[in-house]
Formats: sequence, structure tokens, C-alpha cells
Amino acid sequence: MAFWIASSPHNHNQTKTPNLMRLVIYATLPGILAQWYFFGWGNLIHIGIAMITALVCEFTVLSLRKKPIAHELLDGSALLTALLLGICLPALAPWWISVIGTIFAIVIVKQLYGGLGHNPFNPAMAGYVMLLVSFPLQMTLWQPPLSLVAVDLNFTNTLTTILTGFTVEGYSVEQVRNTLDGITMATPLDTLKTNINQGLTVLESLNNPVFGDNFALGWEWINAGFLLGGLFLIFKKAIAWQTPVSFLISLFICSFIGYSMSPDSSASTMFHWFSGATMLGAFFILTDPVTGATSTKGRIIVGLLAGLLVYLIRTAGGYPDGIAFAILLCNMSAPLIDQYTRPRTYGHLKGDK
Amino acid sequence: MVESVIERITRGHFWDFHGGIHPPEQKMLTASKPIKQLALPKQLIIPLQQHIGREGDLLVKIGDKVLKGQALTLSTNPMVVPIHAPTSGTISAIKMSVIAHPSGLSQLCVFLDVDGEDTWRKKTVCADIEQLSNSEIIEKIADAGIAGMGGAGFPTHIKVNSKTDINFLIINGAECEPYITADDLLMMEQSNAIVDGIKILDKLLTPNFILIAIEDNKPKAIKALQQATAAIEKIKVCVVPTKYPAGGEKQLIQILTGQEVPSGRLPIHTGIVMQNIATCFAINDAVRHDIPLIRRVVTVTGQALNKPQNVWALLGTPINFLLKQCDVQAIENEQQPVIMGGPMMGFSVSSELVPIVKTSNCILVPSKTEMPSAFEKESKEVECIRCGQCSDVCPSQLLPQELQWSAKAKDYPQLEKLNLSDCIDCGACAYVCPSQIPLVHYYRIAKAEIRQQQQLDLKAEKAKTRFEARNLRLEKEKTARQEKHKKAAAARKAAMNIATPEATGAKSAVAAALARVKAKKAAQSQSQSQASTAEAQKNLAQSNELATEATNPVDEQKTEVAAAIARAKAKRILKQEAANKPISSNEGVKQTVTAQLEVSQPPSNDDKKAIIAAAIAKAKAKKLSKAADAVKSVNLAESTAAEKAVNLTDKKAKIAAAIAKAKSKALAKKANQETPITTAEDIHLEKIKAVRVESKDESDSKANAAADKKIRISAAIAKAKAKKKLKEARNLAGTVKNNDQDSG
Repeated sequence: MAFWIASSPHNHNQTKTPNLMRLVIYATLPGILAQWYFFGWGNLIHIGIAMITALVCEFTVLSLRKKPIAHELLDGSALLTALLLGICLPALAPWWISVIGTIFAIVIVKQLYGGLGHNPFNPAMAGYVMLLVSFPLQMTLWQPPLSLVAVDLNFTNTLTTILTGFTVEGYSVEQVRNTLDGITMATPLDTLKTNINQGLTVLESLNNPVFGDNFALGWEWINAGFLLGGLFLIFKKAIAWQTPVSFLISLFICSFIGYSMSPDSSASTMFHWFSGATMLGAFFILTDPVTGATSTKGRIIVGLLAGLLVYLIRTAGGYPDGIAFAILLCNMSAPLIDQYTRPRTYGHLKGDK
Repeated sequence: MVESVIERITRGHFWDFHGGIHPPEQKMLTASKPIKQLALPKQLIIPLQQHIGREGDLLVKIGDKVLKGQALTLSTNPMVVPIHAPTSGTISAIKMSVIAHPSGLSQLCVFLDVDGEDTWRKKTVCADIEQLSNSEIIEKIADAGIAGMGGAGFPTHIKVNSKTDINFLIINGAECEPYITADDLLMMEQSNAIVDGIKILDKLLTPNFILIAIEDNKPKAIKALQQATAAIEKIKVCVVPTKYPAGGEKQLIQILTGQEVPSGRLPIHTGIVMQNIATCFAINDAVRHDIPLIRRVVTVTGQALNKPQNVWALLGTPINFLLKQCDVQAIENEQQPVIMGGPMMGFSVSSELVPIVKTSNCILVPSKTEMPSAFEKESKEVECIRCGQCSDVCPSQLLPQELQWSAKAKDYPQLEKLNLSDCIDCGACAYVCPSQIPLVHYYRIAKAEIRQQQQLDLKAEKAKTRFEARNLRLEKEKTARQEKHKKAAAARKAAMNIATPEATGAKSAVAAALARVKAKKAAQSQSQSQASTAEAQKNLAQSNELATEATNPVDEQKTEVAAAIARAKAKRILKQEAANKPISSNEGVKQTVTAQLEVSQPPSNDDKKAIIAAAIAKAKAKKLSKAADAVKSVNLAESTAAEKAVNLTDKKAKIAAAIAKAKSKALAKKANQETPITTAEDIHLEKIKAVRVESKDESDSKANAAADKKIRISAAIAKAKAKKKLKEARNLAGTVKNNDQDSG
């Protein structure tokens, strides 16, 4: 009788990449819920559009590349990319923004470089940056928190706004974005940047209702949601803790230095932590293993670098938030960082690796 | 340093190694049941080689009756470990059979038909090992055929025959592989025998400390050994945390001592020797009780068995016997894997007849539910997402994900840079890989290919050194030769300056050369005057060629041969005459021929040529009737020949031939007058030869009787002359004469 032959090890812990992707998707739920609670249906609709686009793109490219479609289409990586892109987009941006962004992310950034595992850049962030650079007007259609919006932004209204630019009642996007006081609002980061440029101090700016009671109305809760999801991922060992921790510490130190040097023109450390896409970037995007560093030391260096870049872009750059740019820059440097942070192999002296 | 190590150990504090995993242990399947003694199987299949090294020389032949413990092979080399008959019986076959090898290789095996009596050979039990010298003990260990029983199978007698100072002797009872409990049970049941074995090792190696390392998941074994060693200060039982692969040699050394074994070196270089628990037991058996290594504890386990348990298996027991003993569930399909060793580093065996060998510690027959990945027919491998979990668990702190890319790309220099050689094949990386990449498999292939490449490189390097040595030698010889030539040249010069016989000879050679040049000039003028004749001759040749196109190349060849012979002859005469005669115009012509050809041809054996020439001359004489015709046609063709330009490629040869012919014509009358001039005779021969070619073809068709006669006469004369001429080569000339007579 002949037995079945296989190579060792014969056992496996039964983890699978699709499971890992699914876990990450689940971990975004607290953040998405907070986003839905404070900003309505906009992002959920964009996430839906992006996911459908992602699946169609993935299917098309995989069949062109003659890859096992069933195997790779549902591995969750494309859905995760679409999800992250959808979360990042301005809630009231037109529908084709998510479509174009997703096509770019999946077809060009991911598949053209060889598909899962071979893309040098995070597809969601590359797609976001492409949109930001190409469609600056649409990409600043930020919606104020629901509590500040005059128009009743229910699901139907949001959907028609995204699809046609007008609500059911006929309000335009610009009208929708007006607050109860009749002022067009931007994100807290944007507002703060504009105000500081106009010579206002941070304290004066904070009177703006967009900042809410703490740091940034709504945004702080979204960030808290992503922080929660991120901690869950670390607990499940789905992501390496070094990257988010070093990133947050780096951002904290940078903003602390800035704040202590010039408190009037610098936002507080917690404002930097809990506004914009800080937590999303720290736990869900920077930790993308494909585009990050692999060694422990390398992950720490990438985190520190990202924190510094985010702070510099937020304070000195032309854009209000710098997560996407910072992450793309880190993606570029990751292979080099990996090259110089190889661990010392057992039995080898330091130096002769 | 050493003190602090011991302090830490006594406190129960150990170092940690990087990475490691905690796969399901599944040791409870077999850990609670005693080791079972099995009935004798009907047949044993004993591979000749069960260890690292070489197989011994066979001591038995088919049909031999052997007793239990009798040696079957003889060790002739330190790397050879003998094998013994595990029970009494008859050798029924010695042939190739599938052995315990990952690739299902076959090897020479002794087939032993068991007689069931289990009769021992004569045993000499050693009452007091203190009376034995170390070398006697080592000899006993070697004769008992003991090789490391933990897995690698390194010959034990080499490992214990160390001359260096040993700091730590580590007894490895970690048994970190899931499922396996063979050492655990052995420690529980035979702790005193194991400690006795350790004492023998202590006597041999005299280490400073003896550490027995046991993972903390074996409380009974720990207790048993603690009791057995309580009285011995030197031995410490170290309870190490359970983590795979804590039982790896390098990892265990790191856990216990905090030291790392430098890459590419052995633990002994850092004063550490490690022995397996089962090996200690076997050493005790061998030294004290004269029992060679013929059986071992094997864990037969897995959920596909109804009665998983540890058994005392005779070496050579086929797997199917063990599976039957442990009540294997019906293996319904071919996909059932049967693994020899543990689930992490074991290999699946290809046949149920694979025998137990010295290194087999476990037979694992998993069910599909407990180990689904072992049943997968196709790899579920997907792309690496660089999650880095593999490098997190790697006990050697390698970067498996980078190794994997380089292994797939066959980038061997990069693999070596990434220290692939430090990979211990533990399989932790592949166990955790979410992309289910069979990492270890890729590394094994790469390692094998690198090994092969290294062997090839070594060969190439050897060939290169050989080649370079040869070049050097040739160069040396060349310079030596040049040196010699230089010296010789200097000597010659000196000799020429002083008048010696040699010197005059040399001078005459120079003079001859000068004479030749002069003759050449003379010949040129002469050949101009005789150009028309030559051309006519040429035309004749052409016409002949036209007539017999088929034999054309043959003709040309013949012409050349004839010319060459003529040259040779002329040369010889020239030499003789140049020394003592003034140069005549006739001779000048001959010299021209010689000089022209000397340029291209090296001087050859004159005698030979002379003989050949004579022979040819005879042959020619026969056909001279045509020559007469040829002379006629020369006259006829003269007018047309004058018109035609000389444009033949082999000008030289033809001119030479023409000159010779022309001369022969002129000399024909003289020859008739029988002037006994040797030169004239030679010219005559030349003529005959030169003309022969053209005449040959015609000779077949017509024969002019009158001409024939004349020619024969002249030929006879020529022969007579040739005979005279060739007195020096008389012995050879005999044959020539015979030929002459034949032709005449």
C-alpha cells in the first residue's frame, strides 16, 4: 500500500490570508459606525460603490491575467482597499469619485504591479492621493457633522446628492454643506489651518462649532472607533503593534514640540491624534504588510517617519491632512529600511550578518 | 560566566530563544499508557545504513542463521556503525527495499525471517564499569551500533570521544515535537538506566556540569529523573518552558546557557555536547549489559488509530506491523498520510513496508479532522503578503519571506547572504504562514541545489588549479628550452669562429645555400628561354585532362608526387656536388627545383625517396611509349602554346616539371650515348617521372611497339643507373630490383 506523500510540516495553524483580511474589515466597524452616526450615509454609500467597482475591476484583471478568479477574487484584499478608500472620501463627493479612485487603486496600483503582495504602494492611499490631486474641488466637499447641517440628510437625500449633486428637495451640494448659521464648513484640520493662516490663534479658532466640545466634533469619535478596532487587531495579532505605536508616539512628540514652542499657532497633541485620519492611518493603512517594512526595527522606523511626515505636512504643507502622502512616502522608503534593519541571525556575530 | 549560568539554572531561570510556536501538543494520546512489549513480527527488514555516514561490510549471506544481537555488518571506518540482528532467525534475502527516507528511496536491506525463539548470542555482562578504560567503553559503544536516536543519527562513539574540555553535557529530553512521547515514557519507566548511561558519558567526557533538559509538559518524567539524580550534585534537571522547537540542539543550548553556537560550527567547539535520552539508555544497555542497539521506543499515534501507544519496536519492524498492533482504522483512500517523526519535521513514508530504524521515534497516522493540511492534494499557496509572521516565529531569526522570494527566483548568492544555511528546517514559518506557502519545502530545494552547486564549484576550482599548474609547468619547460637553445646557439657560434670539422660543415651549408640562390637565378633565365616548350607541355597536360576528366585529380596528384620525388633526388645530388664540384648550368636547373620546393617542404628521408623514385621510374619506363607520343604532341602544340598566357595556379610545380621535361628531351640523346654522368641519369629519371603522368592514361588504349622497345631500353638503363646510385640503400634496393624485373 502506498501512502500519501507530503512535505513537512504536516500541520498548520489554519490561518488564511482571506481570514486576516476579513478580520481587518470587521475591525473597521466601530469607526464606520461613528462615521455614520456623525456624518450620515455618505461614506457608507461610497464604500458600497467602491466595493462593487473593486470586485468588477478585480474580476476583469484576474481574468485577463488568467489567474484563479474564485481563489483570489474573494480573498478580501480588494474589498478592504475599497472599504478604506470609501472611508476616506468626503461624504458628499459625487459617485464617480469613488469609481475612478477604486479603478485606479485596483487596476493600476495593485494589479499592474503584480496583484496582491506585489504592489509597492498602498492601493487605497494611492487612489486617494490621485483623486486629491486630480479633483481638488470634489475632494473638498466635506460635509459638516449632521448636528450642524440645516438640510435633513437622510439616506435618500445623501444618495441623490452623491448621484446627481442635488437632494430630493433640490438643494445643491453647496447648500447642503452650509451650516445652520449659513457658513460653509470644512474639516477641523482645514478650518484650523485656514484660521492660523489668517492670523487667528488656535484658541480663537476653537470657538468654531466644527471643533465641538473637545478637539473635533464627530472626528474625535471616529478616531476613537478606529483606535478601538486597531487595539482589537493588535490583540488578535493580525497587525504588528510596533508600527501604530511608534507612529502615534512620533506624532505626539512632534506636535508636543510644536505646541510647547508656539501654543498660539499650534494645535494640541490630542488634536493631532483625534482629528483627520490619524487612527485610521495608524492601525489600518500604515500596518498594511505588503507595503510596509517587515522587520521589527523597520516597522518602528517606518512609524516614526510617518509621524514626522504627517506633522510636517499638516503644519507646513499645502494640504490640511497628510496621512495619505506620508504613507506613500513611507511605502517608498520601506524596502530600503528593510534592507538596513535585518535582524542578526542565530549564531552570527553583530556586523557579519 | 559559568557560575552565573548554574545559578540561573538552579533558580529555574532560563534564557529564551527567538520565535517559536505552540502547535497542538496531542501528547495525551499516548503519554498515559506504558510502553508496550510487542509480539515478534514474522519478518524484519533491516537497512544496512541507519545513521549519518556509510554502510558497513556485510558479515552474513542469504540462508545464514543468526542469533539475537549478532552483528550483521562490520565497521571498517569511524563513520560506519554496525547493525545487529534484533532477534534470532534466518537471512532470507539481502536486497534493495524502500527505507525511511523523505524521497522514498530504496537501500540495501537484510531480510530476516524470525524463528520466534529469540535466542541470544553469548553476552558478557560487565559488572563494574569502573574497571573499563575509556577506550574500551568507546569501543563497546561503537560495536553496539549506537547512533544519535534523537533524529540526526550521528555516530555516538565519535561524539563521546572528545579530546576538548567539555563544560556542559546536555541531555536532551525536551521532546518538543507534538504527539511524540517516546522519550517521556522512557524517562518515566527507565530513569535509573538513563542515569546510569549518563554516568558512563560523565566518565568519558568529564564535563563540568550535566544538564538534563525536559519541557514542563512532562511532569512525571521530571519527577522520575529528579528522584534518580537526587544524589548526584553534578546533574541538574532543568525544566524548560514548552515551546516548539525548544528541543532543537541550538535552541536548547541557548535556553540553558544563553550561548549561541556560532554559525557553521558544532556545539563541541563551545565546549558543549548534547545527547538524546534514548541514546543514554542505549549506551547503558551496550556498556553494562552487552546489548547492542536492536530496539527502541516508538510512539505510534494519531487519531486514525484506535489504540495509539508507545511500543518497544525491534529495529527493522515494518510500519504495517506496528499499525496493526495499534489497531489502525481502515485507511479508506490513498490520501492517508503516514508520517515518520512528528508533524513538524517528520516525513511522510511512501510504503507500509518501511522499517523502523535507529532514528525513528514516532509513527503518526493523523485523521483528516485533526490535521487537514496533511491531506491536501494541491498546495493552497497564495501570494506572500509580507505579514512577517514567519520571521516572528523563526528560531534562527531569519527572514523567511525574503528567503522565499530568493528561493523561488533561484537567487543563491542572496540566499546565502540571508543565511539560508542557518535554517534548521523546524517548519515554524510554514506552520504560521497565512498564505499557506510551503516555505520549508522551498528551502529544502534551494539547499539541495546550493549543495550541488558548491560541489560543482569545488570541482571547477580543482580543475582550474590543475590547469594553472599545467600552464605553469609548460611555461617553465618553455623557458628551460629557450635557455638551452640559447646556450646551444652560443656554442655553435663559438664553434664556427674556431675552425673545427663541424664549423666547416656549417660553412659549407651556407655556401650551398648561396649556390642554390645563384642556381635559382640561372634557372629563371633558362626557364624563360624554354617557356614555349613548357607551355606546350602544359597544353599537353591540359588536353590530357580534357580527355580524361574523370581521372583529373588523380593526375594532378601524381604530377605532384613525381615533382616531389624529382626534387628530392636533385637535392641529394646537389648536396653531394655542391661540396666538391663547380655548379654547371644543368645542375643549376636542378637546384632551382630543389630550392623552390625546399621552401615549402621539410627535408625527408632521402633513401626512402630514392627507393620510391626508382620504383616509379620503372613503372614509368613501361609507359614511355606514350611519352614518345607526348614528345610529338609537344611539337604540334607548340604554336598554340605560345599564344596562350601562363595562368595556371600551380605555376611553380608545372614550370619545374616542364623544365625537367625539356631538359630530359635535350638529354635524351646524351643518355643514349651512355655518358656515365650521374646527374644526367637523374635528369633522365626526372623526365620520365614528369612525363609519366600524361602518358599513363594513353597507355591503356594504344601501344606503339617500336616506341615501346626504345623506351624499355632507356628504362633499363635508368634502372641500372638507379641501382648504382642506391648502393647505400642496398637492402631496400633489393625490393626495387625485384620490382624492376617484374616490370621488365
